[in-house]
Amino acid sequence: MDLTEMKADPVHQAERRSGSPSRESIDDLPQAGAAGGKRQAAAHQASGLNVEEIRAAFPALRQEVSPGVPLIYIDSAATSLKPQQVVQAVLDYMTIYPANVHRGLHTLSERATEAFEGVRDKVARLLGVEDSGQIIFTRGTTEAINLVAQSWGRATLKSGDAIVLSELEHHSNLVPWQMLARERDVELKYVELTDDARLDLDALDAALTDRVRLVAVTGMSNVTGTIPPLERIVEMVHARGARVLVDAAQSLPHQRLNFGRLGVDFLAFSGHKLFGPTGIGVLYGKRELLEAMPPVSFGGSMVVRVDRQRAEWNEVPWKFEAGTPPIAEAIGLGAAIDFLSQFSAQDLADHERGLLTHAHDVLGQIASLRILGPADLEQKGAIVSFTMGGTHPHDLAQLLDRHGIAIRAGHHCAMPLHVRLGIPASARASFSMYNTIAEIDRLGVALESIRLLFRRHSHGQVAPRPATHAATEFPNG
Amino acid sequence: MDDPLYREEILDHYYSSPHRGHLESPDLVSDLDNPLCGDEIHLELSLGADGRIEQVRFDGHGCVISQAATSLLADRVEGATLDEVRHITPVDVVKLLGVTLSPTRMKCGLLGWKALQNAVAEPGPARE
Repeated sequence: MDLTEMKADPVHQAERRSGSPSRESIDDLPQAGAAGGKRQAAAHQASGLNVEEIRAAFPALRQEVSPGVPLIYIDSAATSLKPQQVVQAVLDYMTIYPANVHRGLHTLSERATEAFEGVRDKVARLLGVEDSGQIIFTRGTTEAINLVAQSWGRATLKSGDAIVLSELEHHSNLVPWQMLARERDVELKYVELTDDARLDLDALDAALTDRVRLVAVTGMSNVTGTIPPLERIVEMVHARGARVLVDAAQSLPHQRLNFGRLGVDFLAFSGHKLFGPTGIGVLYGKRELLEAMPPVSFGGSMVVRVDRQRAEWNEVPWKFEAGTPPIAEAIGLGAAIDFLSQFSAQDLADHERGLLTHAHDVLGQIASLRILGPADLEQKGAIVSFTMGGTHPHDLAQLLDRHGIAIRAGHHCAMPLHVRLGIPASARASFSMYNTIAEIDRLGVALESIRLLFRRHSHGQVAPRPATHAATEFPNG
Repeated sequence: MDDPLYREEILDHYYSSPHRGHLESPDLVSDLDNPLCGDEIHLELSLGADGRIEQVRFDGHGCVISQAATSLLADRVEGATLDEVRHITPVDVVKLLGVTLSPTRMKCGLLGWKALQNAVAEPGPARE
């Protein structure tokens, strides 16, 4: 049963309709600034999305950060905004059928179970895998990767084996492997990046020795936006008899791939970056791997029979889901996938490509601003991380907030990558379906005013820079 | 843009603090960093014959708040006794900055204060 059939709320239905894609373009949006005008026009023509209608589906966008200062939310790589449809689905569960799943025999519990289990099918369809029994619910990407490390990793890896990671990885795809490596005397190898933060396939090839059992790689860097060539990577890794885990936390909201056909062994993602609630994520694993993996969390639901001394495990996927699962959150994720599925993947990709291109144009005109990552925009997603002169990214973020602009500043949970880039921190603007060309123009204006503020007050002094600043500064894209 | 946090006085302390630099023979030194931000403070103090702090110099890098707060604090403690310095609280630092800080930025604002407290700490278990 499709989750949407369970909705009785007319408001919710109206939101669904209002979110439907339309061939109206975003040309009607107000424009600010003339920068990159040609590309701007091209970006509009390329996108078939009605961004104003999309924006109307996100209640958070209706607010002003302070009086007269509307919110410009360009921090979607941290977490996406949530459409009304998702809010309503969670509300419906909590209001109308807030029952536990799997064991109740009453009407509400059956309804909750059906809704909850139905989300596995939606996730399977989104990922392009047939068997939804391969979809395990977790708290998020981090817990999903930890599950693989602690279950598959401990059961499989021996002293002398190796795990290959890339320098692009988020801490969530680093630290679980560090712990496992230390525990099992396993070597951690890193694939070097090129100078513009792309994954070097020759370096990957060199790293793939017979001892490598797993390559864990991001689908899209949360800092540089780098999109590694997954198809080629899976091919190379499988040819050497190793497994591939993809951290799709960043990539999935932007890039829909058929992961079943691609043949990845494990994939992890979070609901909250995909327009869903926090507290829900997914581990996909190939069934034969999941069947052989021991559970790592124990208790109710994950067992079929328990006596005073022993227990017998439930089948996959429930074997890995001890305790009452995050039901409301999973149902919210299901609604988020329904929301996302209304739009053509091509339209979304075109729109975000337009935003990315425009952001590179606008930010590229600001003196002293350096954009990190691939110069070739075909190899990156809708994320623009940058530094501006010696201004600390935290100061940039705080001052941009005065303009209503929400960005992220810091190391973005990717410290080894920042070491590789030669900087302690960066500022990051990350875009989603609800962002507009006009918002990027306002970002450009705000950044220029901040640059002038610091220049006016610097009296020719240079901002104190890290003594160890061996910056590998990348050319602007 | 008028912003109390990024007002002229604060930016002056950030860009051209009279306390930035090193002492020839410091009596007390302290190093502290915040790996989450990449902020670093190296602090040097010299003491007079009366035991009061004579000069404070610092080096380091980071956001405006961490660097300016350190400079303001250096102004404040020259001439003070070590015991007076030990009684300076985070609230005093916020008063020096003249703005309220969000919990996240409080860590930046207090980096120099912590380095200072480490420098003047009584012998014993080192404070953080």
